[in-house]
Amino acid sequence: MISAQSFGENGKMKDYHHTGPVEYRFSPYTFNGGTVLAVAGEDFAIVASDTRLSEGYSIHSRDSPKCYKLTDTTVIGCSGFHGDCLTLTKIIDARLKMYKHSNNKMMTSGAIAAMLSTILYGRRFFPYYVYNIIGGLDEHGKGAVYSFDPVGSYQRDTYKAGGSASAMLQPLLDNQIGFKNMTGVEHVPLSKDKAVQLVKDVFISAAERDVYTGDALQICLITKEGVKKEMITLRRD
Amino acid sequence: MALEDLCGLQALGGSLRGSLRGLTPDLGPMGSPRDKRRGRYAGDVPLSSTASVLSFSVPVGRYLDRSPIDFGQMAPDSAPTPDASRWSAGGPGGPDSAPGAGPDPAPGVVPLPFPMAHGTTTLGFLFQGGVLAAADTRSSCSGLVACPASRKVVPLHRHLLALGSGTSADITLWRRILARELRLYQLRHGRRLTTGGAAKLLALMLHPFKGTELCVAATLCGWDGGGALYYVCSDGKRLQGELFSVGSGSPYAYSVLDEEVRWGLSAEQAVRAGREAVYRASRRDAYSGNCVDVFLVTARGWSRRPREDLGEEYYREEERLAEGLRRRREEKEGLRRRREEEVHSLPTKT
Repeated sequence: MISAQSFGENGKMKDYHHTGPVEYRFSPYTFNGGTVLAVAGEDFAIVASDTRLSEGYSIHSRDSPKCYKLTDTTVIGCSGFHGDCLTLTKIIDARLKMYKHSNNKMMTSGAIAAMLSTILYGRRFFPYYVYNIIGGLDEHGKGAVYSFDPVGSYQRDTYKAGGSASAMLQPLLDNQIGFKNMTGVEHVPLSKDKAVQLVKDVFISAAERDVYTGDALQICLITKEGVKKEMITLRRD
Repeated sequence: MALEDLCGLQALGGSLRGSLRGLTPDLGPMGSPRDKRRGRYAGDVPLSSTASVLSFSVPVGRYLDRSPIDFGQMAPDSAPTPDASRWSAGGPGGPDSAPGAGPDPAPGVVPLPFPMAHGTTTLGFLFQGGVLAAADTRSSCSGLVACPASRKVVPLHRHLLALGSGTSADITLWRRILARELRLYQLRHGRRLTTGGAAKLLALMLHPFKGTELCVAATLCGWDGGGALYYVCSDGKRLQGELFSVGSGSPYAYSVLDEEVRWGLSAEQAVRAGREAVYRASRRDAYSGNCVDVFLVTARGWSRRPREDLGEEYYREEERLAEGLRRRREEKEGLRRRREEEVHSLPTKT
C-alpha cells in the first residue's frame, strides 16, 4: 500500500478534510498504530504491547506484537511505523551479536539504551519513525525502563507509555504508580502481581478509547529467571 | 569524525572513504596549496591544513547535495555558489521558515510526521561567587509533556556545566560529543580548554549543520581562573556575556533577573534569584515547569542544590498572598473599630 501524506497550499502537512487545494505526495512514513508500555519494579520489569497493526482505517493484522526480546534481561517495545520497527530491531540484534563476539559478554540494559540512542541519532535527518521503550534489569538486578523519542533522546524512568494511546495511559500511570496528585496515600512499592494486573487494566481502558489499540495484549515479564510472555485478549472492534 | 564516529552517520552519505577522498588528501605537517582550492564551503568543514589533532571532518556536504530526500532543510538551490545571504534569518528551521521560497517548498523536502521535544527555561549568570545556572525540568512535545523530569543542566567536567535548550536529542548527543572532544583535547595537550575555547569548539562542530533543522542552544557556564559564561547556538551565534536566559520562558526569567542580579550577590541570594526566575517563567510559560535545578560553579568545581518541585510553590504563594490580604483586612478593620470607639467616647455636645 502506497503511503501518501496530504499537504495544504503552504506546503504544511494536513491530515483532515478541508476545502482548498491539497496535494498528495509520496511519504516514506506511515503510522501503523499500537501502544507500548513498560514498568520497572524492585526486581522485575514488565514490557507490554497490544498486537494490532493498522493503517488509516484498515487493520492489517491482529497478531503483530510490538515487544521484541533482545537478551535474557532486556525487551524492547517499538511502536510507530512498522517498517522502521522491523529494520531497527534487526540492526539492534546485529549490533548485540557484534558486541557479544568482540567483548565476550552480553550487553546490559543501560548499554543497549545508550547504543540505541546513537543508532537513532545517526539518522537525525531521516529518522526512524519509531517510539521505543526498553524494559529490563540493570546490572544490580533492579528493574529499569528507558524511553526514547524518534531521534534518540532518552531517559531512565520507572514507567512509561508510548505509541498511539500514550497520552491516555501516561497520566493514569503517573497516578497509580507514581502516586502523583494524590494526597494522604501511602507510597507502597509495586509488587509483581499488582503490576501485571495494573498493566492489564490499563490496556483494557486504552482499547476502549483508542481505535488503534486492541485485539490482544502481550505482556513480557522480565525477572532474573528470564523473560516470560503472556497473551490476553482485548476488544477486537 | 565526531558525529560519524559516534553515530555511524556515514551510512547516509555513502562510504566514508569515498566521501573523504576528495576532502582529506594525505598531508604532511605543512598543507599543500591544493587543499585551499579543494575545500568547498557548501557545508563541508574547511580542513586545517596541518593534519592536526583538531581536524575533525563530518562528511555532511555530500549528504546535503545528494540525498534523495532532504528533511527539514532549506531548499538546496540549483545555484552552485553557496551564499550566506540566501539562508533566511530565522535560524535553524524547516521549510516553513522560508517565506520567500514561494508557496511550494523545494521538491523532496518532506516535513516530519512527528514533533520534536522542545521548549524550556534555562538561565545562567555571573556574580562575585562564581557562575549560577538554573533550569526547569519539563520536556514538552507539541502540547504533551514528554518528560517531567529531564535534566537540562549537565556537567561536562568538574568546572564546566552545559545548559541545553532546543531539541532534546540534539542537546544530548552534541553534549556527549563536546564532552568527548574536551576530554581528548585535555589528554592530547595536557591542559583543559577554557570555557570560551569549549564554546568555540562547539560552534565549529555545529557549523556544517547550519541551515538544517538541528536546534541546539547551549549555554556553557564554567570556571577557568574566573567565571565565564558563553552562549552557543546552532545557527552560528557564539556570545560571551554575564547573564543569559534561553528558551520559551526566557522573557519572564529575564524580567526577574534584570531586577535581582548584581555582581555583589551572595551565593544564597544568587540561588534565590535563579530559583525565582525559573519559578516565574514556569508559571507564565506553558512549556516550562515541573521542577527546578540550580547549580553553582566556583573555583572548587560545580555543586548542585537538590531538585525542587515547583508545583506546590504555586499553592504556597497563593496561601502567602491570602494570608497577607487577611492580615491587612484585619488591620483595617481594627483601625476602623478604634476610630468608631473614639467618636463614640467623645462627650456629646448639646
